[in-house]
This record gives sequence, C-alpha cells and structure tokens, in this order.
Amino acid sequence: MFDLTGKRALVTGASGGIGGAVAQALCEAGADVGLSGTREAPLKELAETLGGRAHVLPCNLGDPDAIAALPKQAAEAMGGVDILVNNAGITRDNLFMRMTDDEFTQVMDVNLTAAFRLTRGMLRGMMKSRWGRIVNISSIVGATGNPGQANYAAAKAGLVGMSKSLAKEVASRGVTVNVIAPGFIETAMTDKLTEDQKAQLLSQIPVDRMGTPTEIAAAVLYLSSVEAGYVTGATLHVNGGMAML
Amino acid sequence: MSDIEDRVRKIVVEHLGVEEEKVVENASFIDDLGADSLDTVELVMAFEEEFGIEIPDDAAETIQTFGDAVKFIKDAT
Repeated sequence: MFDLTGKRALVTGASGGIGGAVAQALCEAGADVGLSGTREAPLKELAETLGGRAHVLPCNLGDPDAIAALPKQAAEAMGGVDILVNNAGITRDNLFMRMTDDEFTQVMDVNLTAAFRLTRGMLRGMMKSRWGRIVNISSIVGATGNPGQANYAAAKAGLVGMSKSLAKEVASRGVTVNVIAPGFIETAMTDKLTEDQKAQLLSQIPVDRMGTPTEIAAAVLYLSSVEAGYVTGATLHVNGGMAML
Repeated sequence: MSDIEDRVRKIVVEHLGVEEEKVVENASFIDDLGADSLDTVELVMAFEEEFGIEIPDDAAETIQTFGDAVKFIKDAT
C-alpha cells in the first residue's frame, strides 16, 4: 500500500530486533535504507538479506563526533536522507536509589541526546527538499513508568516532548515528526525476562500476547509514507491494549 | 551592484518569494520581507552553501538585514 520508491531512509539500531524489522519493511516498500548500529557484523548480514538497496553505516551513538559524521556518510552512500528512524536504545536498569550517575547518563546519551544530535544533522537536507519523515521509537514505559527503569523512562518520555517541539518548528516545511511507543515486543531486550515475569506481563495485555518487531515496523512504514503527511507530533501506541493512551 | 549582492538578492527573492525591488540594503528579513525565524536559519544555510563559507550561530544572529548579509559575506570571502 505504501510506496517509498526513491526515498532514502536511515535506521539506527538496525542490528536489533525492531530496527532490523523496520529496515526490512522500508526496504521492501522500495526505499534505499542505511543500516546504522555499533556492531558491524550483524548489519552486514542484514544488508546481504536485504539486497542492493541496503547500506551499512556503522556508528557509535555514544560518540558525538561519530554522530556528526553520519549524515555525510549517509549522503555518500545514498545521496541524502528523507526518512530518519531513531530506534537505537540501551537499558541500564537499576532501582532508583541504587542507580549511578553513569547508568543514568549513558541511557540519556544514547536514547535521547543521540536522537537530538542525529536529527539536527539530518534536518538540513529535509528542509531543503521540503519533505522529510522523522520517526522516533519511544516506549510504553515513557508514558507509564516502570520500576527499575527511571533512566530509560525519562529518556523515552523526553523523546515525546522533543518530537512535539520539533514537529511544530518544521511542519511548514513538509517535515513530520512522530513517535511510536511499543509495548512488550519479542526482542533480545525482552528475552531476558523470566517466565514468571512474562506471565505477569501477559495478564496485563488485552491482546494476550507479546507484539512482534514486524508490527512496530508496519507502524513506522505508515508514519514514513507520503499518505501520513497530515500526521505530525503524534505518538502511536502499539502495545496490544496494555495502556490505552 | 556587486556580484555578491546579486547572488544574495537572488537567494532572498527565491526563498522568501518577495519582489526584487523590496530587497534593499536596509530591508530587514523579518520586519520588511516577511521572514519567520526558521526562514532566517534557512537563509543562512543557503548563504553558506552558495558562497562555501561557515557562518557561526553568533554571527548569524547579527545578520538582520539584506545589507548585513552582503557585508558579512564580502568580509568572509
């Protein structure tokens, strides 16, 4: 339904479960896709399965210089970026009273500040071409909170406020900025949960199962499309009804 | 009229969609030519590209009029 032929997308955290599925969905819709992440090997593997329109662009999002260089690398590989998906994220869970400054700062740096820096770097091209799509991957816990994840929840909620502000600034230039807030999705990040924890979670999810990365990718595909041009500053919750916001 | 002035005027006319006659030395981008704050950022970006120069943010803030822009670019090139 959504045709992205001729568009160029960049996906951060493409070596992860959700990022990989997002890259695949955008590529299948016809876009050129830049795959960014810290680990080069899984990015190369993914690029091979996606074919000629996938480009490997490794980047450590904890390093401001590496982020500053990424727009240029993307331009060299694809000619520019029309769609930016800020998906990369890390967790450093700890109870609030035990959480260290480092645990807090690292999560903010990668999950929020890196998205800010990278988006700033990519905006110029989008503003010039009067068309752009920015999709930031937040989380249900940014809206609901979660014990042990004060840092992660703060960063994910921060993405929402940042996205709304930017959406207002650039709407007149044909650039939309939206947020997707996944609930519990089957990925390496949620594999760490014990069976008991999973059963407990499922009891709170009306759809009665965890979500899949492809269900997040479908939401990204929609918000990246030409058809979604009137949607901006929105947060799309994809969580099986776990929190109806 | 200098070449730089012509090129700056062309950018302003194209970007803001104003008539060429209105782009005079004292014309303020915001007050006289209808630019919003985002337009001024985009104009500076366009000047940087056209003339291959870097305009730092603190300098960009001092560029309020067409004349300011021409003078800055003349000094920088």
